Amino acid sequence: MATAAAHHEEHPGGLTRWLFTTNHKDIGTLYLWFAFIMFFVGGAMAMVIRAELFQPGMQMVEPHFFNQMTTVHALVMIFGGVMPAFVGLANWQIPMMIGAPDMALPRMNNWSFWLLPPAATLLIMSLFMPGGGPAAGWTIYPPLSTQGGMGMDFAILTIHMLGFSSILGSMNIIATILNMRAPGMTLMKMPLFVWTWLITAFLLLAAIPVLAGAVTMLLTDRHFGTSFFDAAGGGDPVMFQHVFWFFGHPEVYILVLPAFGVFSQIIPTFARKPLFGYSSMVFATATIAFLSFIVWAHHMYTVGMPMAGELFFMYSTMLIAVPTGVKVFNWIATMWRGSMTFETPMLYAIAGVFLFTIGGLSGLMLAITPADFQYHDTYFVVAHFHYVIFAGSVLALMGAAYFWLPKWTGHMYNERLGKLHFWLTTISFNVTFFPQHFLGLAGMPRRIPDYALQFTEFNQISSIGAFVLGLSQLLFLYIVVQTIKGGKQATDRVWEGAEGLEWTVPSPAPYHTFATAPQVK
Amino acid sequence: MLKSCVINLKHILYRLFSGMGMSLVPGLAFAEYGLNFQRPVTAIAHELLWLHNAILIICVAILVIVFSFMFYAIIMHRKGRGHQAAKFHDNTTLEIVWTVIPFVILVVMAVPSTATLLKMDDTSNPDMTVQIVGYQWKWKYEYPEQDLSFFSALTTPREQIENQADKGENYLLEVDNPMVLPVGKKIRFVLTANDVLHAWWVPQLGVKKDAIPGYINEMWTQIDEPGTYRGQCAELCGKDHGFMPIVVEAVSEEEFAKWASVQKAKMVAAETRAAKTWSRDELMERGEQIYKQACVACHGATGAGIPGVFPAITGSKISTGPVAAHLDIVLNGKAGTAMQAFKGQLNDADLAAVVTYERNALGNKKGDLVQPAEVKALR
Repeated sequence: MATAAAHHEEHPGGLTRWLFTTNHKDIGTLYLWFAFIMFFVGGAMAMVIRAELFQPGMQMVEPHFFNQMTTVHALVMIFGGVMPAFVGLANWQIPMMIGAPDMALPRMNNWSFWLLPPAATLLIMSLFMPGGGPAAGWTIYPPLSTQGGMGMDFAILTIHMLGFSSILGSMNIIATILNMRAPGMTLMKMPLFVWTWLITAFLLLAAIPVLAGAVTMLLTDRHFGTSFFDAAGGGDPVMFQHVFWFFGHPEVYILVLPAFGVFSQIIPTFARKPLFGYSSMVFATATIAFLSFIVWAHHMYTVGMPMAGELFFMYSTMLIAVPTGVKVFNWIATMWRGSMTFETPMLYAIAGVFLFTIGGLSGLMLAITPADFQYHDTYFVVAHFHYVIFAGSVLALMGAAYFWLPKWTGHMYNERLGKLHFWLTTISFNVTFFPQHFLGLAGMPRRIPDYALQFTEFNQISSIGAFVLGLSQLLFLYIVVQTIKGGKQATDRVWEGAEGLEWTVPSPAPYHTFATAPQVK
Repeated sequence: MLKSCVINLKHILYRLFSGMGMSLVPGLAFAEYGLNFQRPVTAIAHELLWLHNAILIICVAILVIVFSFMFYAIIMHRKGRGHQAAKFHDNTTLEIVWTVIPFVILVVMAVPSTATLLKMDDTSNPDMTVQIVGYQWKWKYEYPEQDLSFFSALTTPREQIENQADKGENYLLEVDNPMVLPVGKKIRFVLTANDVLHAWWVPQLGVKKDAIPGYINEMWTQIDEPGTYRGQCAELCGKDHGFMPIVVEAVSEEEFAKWASVQKAKMVAAETRAAKTWSRDELMERGEQIYKQACVACHGATGAGIPGVFPAITGSKISTGPVAAHLDIVLNGKAGTAMQAFKGQLNDADLAAVVTYERNALGNKKGDLVQPAEVKALR
């Protein structure tokens, strides 16, 4: 504590501390708060969507505004919420986990973060422009996305800025992990969270520029007379989909691989038993990353591909189930014959693994091309990707927050409230999204603001679940603020079963850690 | 209010519990409760339901088996029961086993999937072809062999959508001109789109495919039993994506032939009507009908449009300027926007009427009339 206090006097206070900081912990904190705010912004949009869908008929908003909500909700949650949150975790944890004093490129780190607020402002501003925000779905397929107002241009610029930030962030993470590990920490001794982030960073480097290319072509189609995607000018609207999903599918794993890393940190800690099959976990992660680049057209079965294409993408997509299965089996084997306790982070990890697997299995169903002709673009898909991204990524993020908050703040969070937040979140999540499977199977298309009467009941259940899910997150905010302000003093180790370098430094972690590199046995 | 809530709740619980019971016999009773696919009426849709049920059962079985281990561990291997942690953290044999078993399961799933996919792809030797063209936000159906062509759009009244009237049984799933098809014939669909992406989907037929501008896609169906089958556009196509349903009426071969000849006669009659000179009242009355059918979705009931997305009619340069320019944009559309070329959609009289209406209503008072002959001259 004493050293921490001494260091705190060295850096500027107030706003300039946060504007000019090059400290990985400060930047991690900025990322995490930014993501937290974006979760509430995107969540508010989800509330608008669910309120409109509570009953058949148009009640709250116009169809055009509804389309803006579904589009911007997705963009905000993916690019503003989940991705920055994981980068925030990476900033805080990776240097501490590998025994490095900071990130390899601290000034660039500052820049990667400070690109985000203007980008987010642009995206939100688009909603107030004439014609409103982007309304073509987050996939912004042309020709629909070449129609419409300047909101789409705002979104394209936002994607560029967020992408730029992600690329810089990934370069930094790769440079840090490859160059700054403490002596003795070989690659195969790294904590799995570090491994998953290393692989994720490569995915980002490969995928984001592809998206940037696609949206740039879209921009020139819109304003500079090109016809990349305009059939009338000799272009090809389907090409956009191929390029988009060549980014889009790796993006799914960008969102979920760091979550796998979080599960792999939390589960051994509370099972008091080392992670089962460490090296197979690493290989499974790398395999998933590789496969993610050769499965993209499974999002496009209905565009009318040649049979060879349909079959190739079906088989390659099904293959992803193998390494993903290996991961799930390893987590369960880690729990097997452990000595488990169920603090809030562990609850989140268990629920995350279980619910993510439901999403994984519905993903396997969606991989089956002929069956997908019935599932495609229905609520079954909406249910599927929320089981993957909410239950996989977001529950992992919440678990990670509870897991590392004591290390970050030096205070234990309120365990009773944490558990309450867990149960409220997971139960209302299932009430929201489970019925959407049935809606999709029964024939309700996604992205519609109004629906036929036979879909009423399940939509009502789903909306009620969504309202509870949204409100429950205010409790999360309260718990986090309460923990920052005070609470029981956390020990250095925090958790009885905790293993790894970050648990050897004091709680709260001092402003500078590992100025001298530790020795790893 | 309270009463309707209670009834609704009862309904919800009924559906939920009856659904749970039925989940033991998949494929039998699911459809009635809206928990599974709608009742299939083609061989392919039957196969899809079978395939879906099969993979669903496999997936549920995997989930139950795998996680029974986890839940067993959660109950038995907890510190609270005094369970001591074991030390093991690797087992190569186990890793190989749980890599190989899923692979085998996947192969088992891939075989029937491939077979069904090949069947769905076989559009050869059709008895009949129907061309489907997606428009924002309606469908155009063309029957080349019967020399028929017509548009099919939503008929649900705005009052129902805006909650000023009770919603009908087929709310949002009813159209003015359904696609009529003969049963027992192999029908090839040829799909494309006029403006943006759409997707033509009728769940009970087991067909869904994107309609893409510049592309021609194919699929086929053969309907077993007469009936009315409803579907919706399944690819986001803009503001009224949720309001462009599909209705297919499957009828016997004789009824189909009768329907085709009646439809043909109607088309001829409409063309004759279009050729005469129209009075102001006739033009305005017809113009209002056409406006509500073809223009209102973007330009709005009052002609105000949506600023920044859909231009206003009221006081606009085009609807208060020269007739020729006004006709030009209605006939040929405006590239890169949602404004379609209506020359292929409406006949001369309808075009003359709607342009007249736009110049003399919705806050405009231009005073001029446009006759079908003027439209014809511009084609």
